[in-house]
Amino acid sequence: MDAVSQTIPGKEIEEPAASKPWLVSLFDLIRQQPLGAAGAFIVIIMVFLAVFANLVAPFDPIVNDYGSMHIPPDGTHWLGTDQFGRDVLSRLIYGARTALVVGFVSAFIGATAGLVLGVSSAYFGGLFDLIFQRVMDVFMAFPLIILALAVVSIFGTGVENLIIAITIPFIPRCARVVRSSALSIREIPYVDAARALGFNHRRIILRHMVPNVMAPYLIMITAFVGQAILLEASLTFLGLGVQEPTPAWGLMLQGGAEEYAESAPWMAIFPGLAISLAVFGFNLFGDALRDVLDPKLRSQ
Amino acid sequence: MYQYIIKRLLLVIPTLFGAAVLVFLLLRLIPGDICDMRLAGEGGLVDEETLNTCRAIMGIDKSLWLQFVDFIWGFIRFDLGISMWTGQPISYEIGLRFHLSLQVAIMATLSAIVISIPLGTISAIKQNTWIDYFVRAFSIAGIAIPSFWLGIIIILGLLITTQYFSGTPWMPPIQFKPIWEDPMHNLSQLLWPAIATGYRYSAVATRMTRSTLLEVLREDYVRTARAKGLLEKVIINRHALKNAMLPVVTVIGIEFAFLMGGLVVTEQVFNLNGLGKLFVEAVDHHDFTLTQALVMVVVTIFVFTNLIVDIFYAWLDPRIRYS
Repeated sequence: MDAVSQTIPGKEIEEPAASKPWLVSLFDLIRQQPLGAAGAFIVIIMVFLAVFANLVAPFDPIVNDYGSMHIPPDGTHWLGTDQFGRDVLSRLIYGARTALVVGFVSAFIGATAGLVLGVSSAYFGGLFDLIFQRVMDVFMAFPLIILALAVVSIFGTGVENLIIAITIPFIPRCARVVRSSALSIREIPYVDAARALGFNHRRIILRHMVPNVMAPYLIMITAFVGQAILLEASLTFLGLGVQEPTPAWGLMLQGGAEEYAESAPWMAIFPGLAISLAVFGFNLFGDALRDVLDPKLRSQ
Repeated sequence: MYQYIIKRLLLVIPTLFGAAVLVFLLLRLIPGDICDMRLAGEGGLVDEETLNTCRAIMGIDKSLWLQFVDFIWGFIRFDLGISMWTGQPISYEIGLRFHLSLQVAIMATLSAIVISIPLGTISAIKQNTWIDYFVRAFSIAGIAIPSFWLGIIIILGLLITTQYFSGTPWMPPIQFKPIWEDPMHNLSQLLWPAIATGYRYSAVATRMTRSTLLEVLREDYVRTARAKGLLEKVIINRHALKNAMLPVVTVIGIEFAFLMGGLVVTEQVFNLNGLGKLFVEAVDHHDFTLTQALVMVVVTIFVFTNLIVDIFYAWLDPRIRYS
């Protein structure tokens, strides 16, 4: 097993973990975090499908085919067709693109803005912190649906505006978590040292404090991706998000799936399973990440 | 303790005020107003004079400052005003739907408490066994499955099973009746949305119970209790669970507040006439007064639920009061 490490004498004493073949370490990781590994597997499959959608999808997801409406799942249309004769499987595969773009972009922007704001709030403290926290309180308490309705009424529907509506509530959530971690960091001498060296605020915040709150930040990002996919589906289902004919999972549930639920249940069942599986994957992955990164919760 | 309560109460004011400013500005940024909506609905071009009369009646011809002062002054006097669209008092419009939303929220909360605490406890005690993996998968699935889709599947399941057993498909009733008038009718309507939202809710609470209990079980005083030779059952029930309940109470409080105003999609699936539906209608109609009042009601519920949770928290844990 340790054939590689034995060829380099002395190396295995210094770095026993790194000397293991990568496949073995991978299996170790899977054994330690079976749920996390399952989540990572789902996420990888989903990213793969989204990137190579045009190669993987058997049919065009947008072109209507009135000759083949409401076909139950069979050999050609594995998951059936919808009320416009479009292949459900192909729309699901392309829908993964929409879900991932909205999920990643809003999670990244929301968490990053929250990171910078949260650390700044903790660093400056005083009046700035007090006012900032009250503003965050307002956004936490404000009903998301009104925010989404207002964004759509002001800017119109579409993917970009959907991302805005989803990102806004993420910022205070991340800022709050990051702020509490950053508060304890502010008291550590190296921040004082940086200040004594005469570094400006921007440099202390970005170079000295932000790297030390990376763990909660990464945990928030993975959690947000799942939540964003769920929000995207809900808002699109309400007609506030992605519009036809763009393939999106929430849209597939809205587009007649309810009306035809009894006669064509595949139209309602599969998009919901896709949403659930995707969010499930991201949540499992995020949980495992938290267990690994947060020493307090690490198993004994 | 009193000092703490007063301090927390004072912090409620800026949040409410901020929410009021936010909703007021957002509504004014939306192009068009209720008069455009109403009069354009009758077709054809409307002359400026008719529009102006309509705006004068609605009170939206006044300056923004005056409108804002009117809104805040009304809120302070607990007078929500009159809906621009229906012409009825807003308290009446909200009262019609409040009962339904409150009942669904309470039913979902109760089921969440009954399911999540035992499940989360078992999961934490048996950490990293197959029971734990099963509970975690069950609860993560609860967070992953969209409530509105679960609702569609429940309706579909009801249709298919009733069709199969009785020959005629059965759907939950659409007309709302209070539980004291017709309990059977009421429960057969609201049980399903309560399940659809309760699953997610109990999943969130289960995860919280598990993770806080795991943390508490590693504290010194639990080790002391073990060293004393106490029964594991006593350690869990009397020592660990009591302290682990604090964050769980927070989560339950936040979710409850969220259910009061955030059930828009589930209400649509089950065809319920609750607060969520009223929200969407109010924004669609550019009904400024109704939207503002609804936002203030939901934010007030949210803020005060949090306040109660915080006070409860401080009462249980003296360290919070003094920090």
